Amino acid sequence: MVSGMIVLEGVELRRGGRVIVGPISLSLGGAGITMMMGPNGAGKTTLLRALHGLERVSAGQIRWAGNGQALRERQAFVFQTPILMRRSVLDSIAYPLRLQGVTRGEARDRAEACAGQVGLRVNLKKDAGDLSGGEKQKLALARALILEPVLLFLDEPCANLDGRSTREIEEILTRIRAGGTRIVMSTHDIGQARRLADDVVFLHDGKLVEQAPSAAFFDAPQSKQAHAYLQGDIVI
Amino acid sequence: MKFKTILAAAFSAVIAVAAQAEEMKISVTTSFANSGLAEVLLPEIEKDTGITVQLLVVGTGQALKLGAQGDVDAVLVHSRPAEEAWLAAGNGTHRREIMYNDFIFVGPSDDPAGAAEAEQATDALKAIEAAEAPFVSRGDDSGTHKMEKRLWTAAGITPEGDWYRAVGQGMGAALNTASGMNAYIMSDRASWLKFANKGDLKLVFEGDPILFNQYAYMPVNPEKHPHVKNDLAQKLEAWLVSDRARELINGYTLNGETLFTFNAKAE
Amino acid sequence: MNDILQGLARAAKLVVTLDADLVEITALSLQVSLGAAAIGSAIGLPLGAWLAINRFPARRTVIALLNALMGLPPVVVGLIVYVLFSRSGPLGVFGLLFTPTAMVIAQVIIITPIIASIAHQAIRELWADYHDLLISLKANRRQRIGTLLWDGRRALMTASLAGFGRGIGEVGAIMIVGGNIDHATRVLTTAIALETGKGQFDMALALGFVLIGLAIAVNLALHFLSRTERGSRW
Repeated sequence: MVSGMIVLEGVELRRGGRVIVGPISLSLGGAGITMMMGPNGAGKTTLLRALHGLERVSAGQIRWAGNGQALRERQAFVFQTPILMRRSVLDSIAYPLRLQGVTRGEARDRAEACAGQVGLRVNLKKDAGDLSGGEKQKLALARALILEPVLLFLDEPCANLDGRSTREIEEILTRIRAGGTRIVMSTHDIGQARRLADDVVFLHDGKLVEQAPSAAFFDAPQSKQAHAYLQGDIVI
Repeated sequence: MKFKTILAAAFSAVIAVAAQAEEMKISVTTSFANSGLAEVLLPEIEKDTGITVQLLVVGTGQALKLGAQGDVDAVLVHSRPAEEAWLAAGNGTHRREIMYNDFIFVGPSDDPAGAAEAEQATDALKAIEAAEAPFVSRGDDSGTHKMEKRLWTAAGITPEGDWYRAVGQGMGAALNTASGMNAYIMSDRASWLKFANKGDLKLVFEGDPILFNQYAYMPVNPEKHPHVKNDLAQKLEAWLVSDRARELINGYTLNGETLFTFNAKAE
Repeated sequence: MNDILQGLARAAKLVVTLDADLVEITALSLQVSLGAAAIGSAIGLPLGAWLAINRFPARRTVIALLNALMGLPPVVVGLIVYVLFSRSGPLGVFGLLFTPTAMVIAQVIIITPIIASIAHQAIRELWADYHDLLISLKANRRQRIGTLLWDGRRALMTASLAGFGRGIGEVGAIMIVGGNIDHATRVLTTAIALETGKGQFDMALALGFVLIGLAIAVNLALHFLSRTERGSRW
């Protein structure tokens, strides 16, 4: 694991004049699954969005060091509530390719293959809005994966899903991680974190409280907030 | 579907411009248009002269204004004082009398003001005012309205009060209103005969020479508005004073009654 | 009630026998209002979309102005267009007064704000939904507008139809700038006004029923062509 691929230095994010996240300084490596954890309002979503470029940083910097250029350029984001387009399932998945100038026929073929890879077994000509919760999130995942991103962000992707869909998505994530895709995601589900994380970033109240490899974090959390959180207490 | 429509519209607009050579516009009063005489004359005009006459049917005031602005090539109105003022301002070349009809008074069938007993038009008006019977006025500065105002003045009355209702509309619309209110109204005979919604109204007074209504044709002055089709205007004038026109105008009847009397003089 | 029934009967007769005058004025009504709707859409739809996406200092003012323009009294628009295009007016040289072109111009002025405003509303909502996704996928400005216009096409069609509806039933402006000239600028609405003024109520009603039928037919045809009501909630 090469360290220092993604480096945050004194990063702050403000909203309405108030600092809601930061200042945060941390460093992320170039492989595996990083899990962001923390109670509601800790700033996980905001930080993920800032890393992807959906939020503007008010202070500090995010640096993409060394071979980080690929990481920086080829990213994708899966939102907690899937953003659906008013189109068929097939055209929704094909959309990112169309933005790149791929012809409709080829884009649709690749979209169909991608749908198969995430196990989306529905009539692809259906309107995206007609899918179930789990199917929608798989569509979002397929759409995110179709450009073969080097870095994939997911913001609590299974928060609104049932057990079966959650398991299916975790399987996909495990598979693509093995294929070399870097994943940075957040979760509320401590079990999911244990199953998937290679390393953990624990936030509380907009600040970085603890960062450790997964085994170390879950077996022996250093901070009292992480400790309380893992025990299932409410962390104030 | 929409694109083709625009294309078709644009195309026909171009064609229309090309075809404008034999088209001319004249502004005429609602009283003339409502009589139905235009429907008889226009096709004959086209046949005999090749001119397609486009009528703008408005009140006398607006008809003269259109001429003054150069938006039409000639006017046909029936209000001599207004016509002479218009000519004095340099808007037209001359006026040519074509025909006349007359005005009548129309009112509720039971004639509460006793207008039918009057000897003169002014007496009828005095009776209506005395009874404060509802009276509808054109109120739109048209030839008809100006005639009405002259009559009130001749009767020595300034009409005001709830009973006097100025509607600001053309002849047909004003008759509608009078019918709806069961009120008295002064109308040209032609419009009254053609009117289809008489309700309880009937003709109560007619025949006084003061109610004589002369129509005159006035070409717009090409010196003021070089673009007007003065050649066509003159051609039309020649037709309007011809024997053919006399035949058609005098021959036009409604319910067996003649509406207009041709009185153009040869030059 | 009798008038209404007579009107219906007369309307049926005119339509079935394809009365020549009726065909002529109906064709002109469609020409003017569809033409105005097409031009109004060409201007208003992209304008509404553009306003929904772009931020610039005067944006709120422009949107407020657009909404205010929806309330423009048509007859006042007609008067202003009339004064502009009169031979004595600044644009008189074009000789457009009392032609169908002037009528289209007046109607475009009246309906474009409506189309733009509805389009803006619809696209703004859609943009709020798509915002994060389109930014995440690095769509450029042109691609964003294109995607929003395409995905929002049903709402945009509603905007166009609203504009058409306003135009086909309008009478004040086109009466003034068109002059209601027989065989030249007479359309269904101005013909209705004329017949009413002559006291010919059954004819006026007949034309009125034809007008209503026409508006409904155009609406149905467009919805059918785009299969709007089939399938999903959008």
